[in-house]
Amino acid sequence: MTEITYREAVVRALADEMAADPNVVFFGEDVAEAGGVFKVTPGLLERFGPVRVRDTPISEQAIIGTALGAAITGLRPVAELMFADFIPVAMDQIVNQVAKYRYMSGGQFIVPLTIRAAQGGGNGFGTQHSQCAESWLMNFPGLKVVSPSTPADMYGLLRGAIREDNPVIVLEHKGLYNLKGELPDDAGPLPLGQAKVVRAGRDVTIVTSQLMLHRSLEAADALAKDGIECEVIDVRCFAPLDSATILASLAKTNRIVTVEEAPHSAGWGGDIASLAATEGAYWLAAPVKRVNMGGALVAYSPPLEDEVLPNVSRIAREVKAVMAG
Amino acid sequence: MTTLALEARQAALHRMLESRMAEEKIQELFLANLIRGTTHLSPGQEACAMGTAAALRPGDTVTCTYRGHHHAIALGVPLRRLMAEMMGKASGSCGGKGGSMHITDASVGLLGANAIVGGQIPIALGAALTAQVKGTGAVAVTFFGEGATNIGAFHEALNMASVWKLPVLFMCENNLYGEYSVWNKTTPVQDIAVRAASYAMPGVIVDGQDAEAVYGAASEAVARARAGDGPTLIELKTYRFRGHSRTDMAPYRPAGELDEWLKRDPIEILKARMIADGQLDEVEFEELSRAAETAVMDAVEWARSEPFPTLEEMTKDIYYESAGA
Ligand SMILES: Cc1ncc(C[n+]2csc(CCOP(=O)(O)OP(=O)(O)O)c2C)c(N)n1
Ligand SMILES: [Mg+2]
Repeated sequence: MTEITYREAVVRALADEMAADPNVVFFGEDVAEAGGVFKVTPGLLERFGPVRVRDTPISEQAIIGTALGAAITGLRPVAELMFADFIPVAMDQIVNQVAKYRYMSGGQFIVPLTIRAAQGGGNGFGTQHSQCAESWLMNFPGLKVVSPSTPADMYGLLRGAIREDNPVIVLEHKGLYNLKGELPDDAGPLPLGQAKVVRAGRDVTIVTSQLMLHRSLEAADALAKDGIECEVIDVRCFAPLDSATILASLAKTNRIVTVEEAPHSAGWGGDIASLAATEGAYWLAAPVKRVNMGGALVAYSPPLEDEVLPNVSRIAREVKAVMAG
Repeated sequence: MTTLALEARQAALHRMLESRMAEEKIQELFLANLIRGTTHLSPGQEACAMGTAAALRPGDTVTCTYRGHHHAIALGVPLRRLMAEMMGKASGSCGGKGGSMHITDASVGLLGANAIVGGQIPIALGAALTAQVKGTGAVAVTFFGEGATNIGAFHEALNMASVWKLPVLFMCENNLYGEYSVWNKTTPVQDIAVRAASYAMPGVIVDGQDAEAVYGAASEAVARARAGDGPTLIELKTYRFRGHSRTDMAPYRPAGELDEWLKRDPIEILKARMIADGQLDEVEFEELSRAAETAVMDAVEWARSEPFPTLEEMTKDIYYESAGA
């Protein structure tokens, strides 16, 4: 066991995959010489050289298109898009090209490509640098979407993503880069598509991810003092979604709450609610509750930003309401 | 001026004839509703594809546009599989999942035709990156129209290819129209080739009706690319003898313009040169034309009798699933 940060987990996963496979290349804006704007990728250029680790122009479409072309011709590229808020700039390449390339060619290619981007609010970055991207990306069969919440998952899921023969978008939460956690000595790539029960409980299931996971765990601690035992599920992979783990928990607790760092409309919590309503209705003892940003945006001003993102007390309050219902 | 060897001339003439006949037939099939949706035909532009293909070798790759049947035929996609793809048949080059706008055949280096204007351009950079990282000496060609040079992906791709000295040929088929708009109403420069200057790469203007002129320019650019000297932008001055797509009769063209361009039919230009050089006579040309027609008719009949994909195909190849999974 060693203790590492979420930030260190990223560079360690990249370095270990680059060492294991000479076909892995890595590029993005300011990732090589500067080591990334969040100082997530230092040392890779020095270790693996300028052929495999490259700074790009500020050209999001070209970055993703290049990664796609490289992936279908024999490399395993990892492309960084810096802030997840820049994903829409490359949306054509991601949606029309990357996600559909295998399908529309009739399966002629594998697309072993990983896109990394930093997402999430809570740090005063303002409206255009604080969004979470999962819900935008779940409507495109062909993509896999991964959101690690701990250093160990960051390490294992990023390695798993790089080994995937399908395109994977790995979303890193900016608010977690300094989070510390244990990494087992024998840690390796983790399979995608599996949610994780992070805290077991009998009364209510909370389905959540990343920053909201950590807040939900705090809320669960507080609720336990009031005798409410929450089962907390870390989604980890939004596409494909691990319905089985969520339904199994609902079957046990009969109540379900989603805690989402996203606007309500067409947010991923709607998929969980739909899952509960269609496949889990028999178990539901109370209506599904979604805790999210409603119809609001992330503002710069601290009190506004603090209020729009679900916080520990709001999560606890909503869970109590579901228990009362 | 560069000329092709006799065999290469014969091959170019043969494939231009096949391409022309195939497009005539595709239009008929479209009007008969055996091809659905849309088609974008290439008569008039055949030399752009044949001249470029003659400069390539196995391992080189091509991305192109929805107006890409002539590229597919130039690269050697079998006519039967091309026609089957047009009709959405299981034995089409993409198993019927691509259609007229997405002809793809990795076995001949055709990495795909794209229906998003400009979408294919950055993808070529990735194929070139693979060649550069692995040192294969391969070049990546990308075809696009003059209209596509007003889209961001074009500029991002030229810039990044130049900075990274990628082995790319940017082949612009300037056929004077983007859909129904004449190019100089939407484009402020007289020649597309001048745009190369912004990206510090050579910009070359070539007669796109002359397969051997195209071959000469492409060969020089290929040599530069293989030598590690980076990309070239080649503007092929050409014309589409038909409308933009479907049943467009091109009423927006000034009277007489088509007639002037028909005098510069790429098939007639190569034919005349071969006759002048004593390599061909009218009887042999008639035989070649008939052979092309027979091959196209055979492909159409074969494709018509082929089955559609089974419905299981609908959800296949969205993701790659390893044999073990
Ligand atoms: C991003 C995008 N915008 C618009 C279209 C619609 N469209 C299809 S073809 C075309 C004209 C493109 O002209 P050009 O690049 O000159 O190619 P040509 O069709 O002449 O070969 C347009 C606007 C599209 N397919 N994709
Ligand atoms: Mg055009």
